[in-house]
Amino acid sequence: MPNVIHQDGSIRQDDWTLVARPAEGESLDIPQQPALIPADLWLAGHEHYVGRDDIGVWFDSHDEPEILEGKVNELPVIAVNFPKFSDGRGYSIARLLRERFGYGNELRAVGDVLLDQLQFMKRCGFDTYVLRPDKDINKAARCLNFFSQGYQAATDTQTPLFRRRAS
Amino acid sequence: MYVYDDHDRQIAAERVAQFRDQTERAMAGELAEEEFLPLRLQNGLYVQRLAPMLRIAVPYGMMRADQLRRLARVTRDYDKGYAHFTTRQNVQLNWPALEDVPDILAELAEVEMHANQTSGNCIRNTTTDQFSGVQSDEIADPRPYCEIIRQWSTFHPEFAFLPRKFKVAVNASEKTDRAAIQVHDIGLQMVRNESGELGFRVHVGGGLGRTPMVGPVVRDFLPELDLLTYLEAVLRVYNRYGRRDNKFKARIKILVKALTPEGFAEKVETEWAHIKDSPTRLTPEAIERIQAYFTEPDYASTGNATDLLAEQRFENRAFDQWLTHNVDTHKKPGYAIVSLTMKKTGTAPGDVTDRQLDQIADLADEFSFGEVRVTHQQNVVLADVRQDRLLELWQAITPMGFGTANLNTLTDVICCPGGDYCALANAKSIPVAEAIQRRFDDLDYLYDLGNIDLNISGCMNACGHHHVGNIGVLGVDKKGEEFYQISLGGSSHHDATIGKILGPSFAREDMPDVLAKIIDVFVDKRTEEETFLDTYRRVGIDPFKERVYA
Repeated sequence: MPNVIHQDGSIRQDDWTLVARPAEGESLDIPQQPALIPADLWLAGHEHYVGRDDIGVWFDSHDEPEILEGKVNELPVIAVNFPKFSDGRGYSIARLLRERFGYGNELRAVGDVLLDQLQFMKRCGFDTYVLRPDKDINKAARCLNFFSQGYQAATDTQTPLFRRRAS
Repeated sequence: MYVYDDHDRQIAAERVAQFRDQTERAMAGELAEEEFLPLRLQNGLYVQRLAPMLRIAVPYGMMRADQLRRLARVTRDYDKGYAHFTTRQNVQLNWPALEDVPDILAELAEVEMHANQTSGNCIRNTTTDQFSGVQSDEIADPRPYCEIIRQWSTFHPEFAFLPRKFKVAVNASEKTDRAAIQVHDIGLQMVRNESGELGFRVHVGGGLGRTPMVGPVVRDFLPELDLLTYLEAVLRVYNRYGRRDNKFKARIKILVKALTPEGFAEKVETEWAHIKDSPTRLTPEAIERIQAYFTEPDYASTGNATDLLAEQRFENRAFDQWLTHNVDTHKKPGYAIVSLTMKKTGTAPGDVTDRQLDQIADLADEFSFGEVRVTHQQNVVLADVRQDRLLELWQAITPMGFGTANLNTLTDVICCPGGDYCALANAKSIPVAEAIQRRFDDLDYLYDLGNIDLNISGCMNACGHHHVGNIGVLGVDKKGEEFYQISLGGSSHHDATIGKILGPSFAREDMPDVLAKIIDVFVDKRTEEETFLDTYRRVGIDPFKERVYA
């Protein structure tokens, strides 16, 4: 079983499998264990999947999280893929899911997830992270907490520093 | 000037510790070069042609004497004893060792300086007019707003991996634009609406580089309290929809062009509607708190020293010229704004030695409440000098090489480091600047020519802002040979314009002659009151073409 990092820095066993988008004309092949499937396909098979706590979804960085507006909390897990760590779209997707669509369950970063981006991911609302396998998972806790505070409001804090200073 | 509180100090210290950790991991091989790259760039560290280069932020151009002295010490201890003022109010070190950078950053943090986000695909140092707060024609002092933007943009978790770099500039003067806001990703012009409320006119999508563009207005009036939420909306739209498939099409100007300014504005408004009233919305108290750092210094209540200056000018022609060209009117009677030119012929524009940095610090303490500003034209400003001490100041700076009375003239050249230092350059830029300065070494002639912006870049990236020079020079590479392309008619002010290419490029040794021909055409065609730009706009490019390519 692969490991997943939680935002408190703890490392836990993980049983979710990410199911890749099937090729043109192929059908979705869901394994016998908890699975994350492309968000648009979940939506297309909504009646079939709704209420299942072993089916979650994933977004790619160019996907629009808007398609799940009003339905996000029907999902136990939403993952966002970082095809390349330098592709910053996933940060905006995460904030939209949390702050605009009110998503309250697990939000997971997957793909090219490295240590030095973990704290930004945490601030934008990700609470679990699947680290790229060649990176040292034991350094994650430190990298999640390089900074004790930030200037801006984000998903992790409603109050920007200028409001905290005033209070 | 802004002073760090415990929060700022803690964040700065944590950043230094983080970069030390990252540097150690990079050196231990735990971070691949491509993984370390954006981390080091966002701490100002480039790996250059000859050595690493460190770009240190000077937020909106303001520096205190103790910071200048620390910079001087850093250049002595870690470098070859000189630094370089850039066109975006930053300071660069050209020879630091990679392993020393965390120590350099720690030394800078002690005096509230940093190199955060001076490079990389993130929100860069916010720049403004170097005369902010001391001129009578500004809507409001823009510096508190720059500081507010600085804090909001520092380590913003959503915007550290944008499609490309992102630069914001603020201008508050009604008459002029010394911050070149219309060639920035976001340009903010402070305005008052009909009811007298303070706000910003927002330009988005200006820029230089490969596709030079003047930024269109996407909002006529943005109330001041909405500044950050609106910026957040613009950045979010850009982060999500800016092109990431092609580095050369990744700047926001390309997105604005693709969506049209109206279409882009609409997208921003839709996004903004959701977050307009979020806690990121500024409060009057928050603005007042920052404004309190930018109060007036303890000015003496003297009147204008009109008679004294008239007498001194009469006795000393060189001083008279310097007053005319390098000293500007201050909002406070009895005071003046002084520009120290870093353009002595024979030194690279913007270059400054450790000794000169110490000298500038001493001058600031002695003449200007311990503060200086660095300018977009690579000069340094003492913003609060008593008029009755101008002669004394002039006598002090002349032997230091800061007294060249050529501000805004042809030889006050803006110039990037070019092929002598920069890994990106196609051609050297500094020798061209020097050759032109040597050719036009007669101050009287320069004064007669009036204000001419000559901007030189060593490559397409346009660090020397050549597109908006009245005369722009761009170094190009032709089969391994250095050539120079000239453009005319650019402007970075309120009438921002991208210059027009004159024609085929020239060899370096021909450049002074070519410039002389261009200037001759201007002298032949101009009317009494015209600047170079006025004449160019009236007669067009053809007369220049005919003379140069005859």
